[in-house]
Amino acid sequence: MKKVDVVKKILYANEKYALENVLFFAEHKKLCLNMISSPGSGKTTILARTISDLKERIKIGVIEGDIQTDIDAERISRTKAPVVQINTDGACHLSAAQVSAAIRELPVKELDLVVIENVGNLVCPSDFDLGENAKIVVLSVAEGDDKPIKYPGIFAKSKAMLINKIDLLEGGLVDFDIERAKTDARRLNKDMEIFTVSAKTGEGMNDWYAWLTESFKNV
Amino acid sequence: MHETMVAESLVAAISAEAVKHNAKPVAARISCGGLSAVNDEILCFAFEAIARDTPCEGMKLQIEHKPLRAKCRNCSRDFDVDLSMPKCSECNSESFKLLADAPLLLEEIELQTD
Repeated sequence: MKKVDVVKKILYANEKYALENVLFFAEHKKLCLNMISSPGSGKTTILARTISDLKERIKIGVIEGDIQTDIDAERISRTKAPVVQINTDGACHLSAAQVSAAIRELPVKELDLVVIENVGNLVCPSDFDLGENAKIVVLSVAEGDDKPIKYPGIFAKSKAMLINKIDLLEGGLVDFDIERAKTDARRLNKDMEIFTVSAKTGEGMNDWYAWLTESFKNV
Repeated sequence: MHETMVAESLVAAISAEAVKHNAKPVAARISCGGLSAVNDEILCFAFEAIARDTPCEGMKLQIEHKPLRAKCRNCSRDFDVDLSMPKCSECNSESFKLLADAPLLLEEIELQTD
């Protein structure tokens, strides 16, 4: 028997494409965000509202990742924003290679910001860098305030968190302790920006827009 | 679920090493960090399935989990973080900065030499 030291990154193929994407966005001076959450947290609703409300200020292009269907791309295209749908055919996350192909289908030169809406999943997408400037995690109140502590990986790696569907808290329809979720998330990630929003009613969205506007100016 | 992709990459990387050394691989040691969403049992199962009919068939996989490290903002010490109870192991402070997590690495392979 002979032992051979290899010391090679196992996901080197993904990282190679992720690095290419980083260079692509840097060269074009565009901000790229990777939105990650459980299925049904409201990523598409947040995005559609953000695109419409900011259309005079920021030009946003979207890459939609789903296991199947183009339902989300349809919803985004109603806002007139350019959108590319990726179907992963069962895979639980987007890969940097898929994003690399998708960004070439977007009119990147005309955009300020590219948002990748990842496949709904709080676990797997956190292991696959896509070449984004930052990960944004979305948590809706119906999922429970224990998610940051149950799924620490994604909360530790995200630059910002949106706590969505806060309109459900009115009337005590849902038990969700916003302070607990914030404290647990900040324990993992002290500098995380946290926005409490309802993409349905628009409550709290202005703080998110202000952060987004600042972020893309700084690219 | 994404363990299948990890297993595919692993089979490709080990097979390339095997060709380079012209020997059959029999075991491999890999490592991952504390934030890595890799489940040992699922990865071994996926690896076994994907390795079938490749030079990696029948290999043994050893997975080492490296602890997530953090720097305490209170006492400035580096420590291993337990994410279920995230606080400094020295001074109990809950204010710390997570350090870069260890990447998913193929560390070493064992080759049959006859």
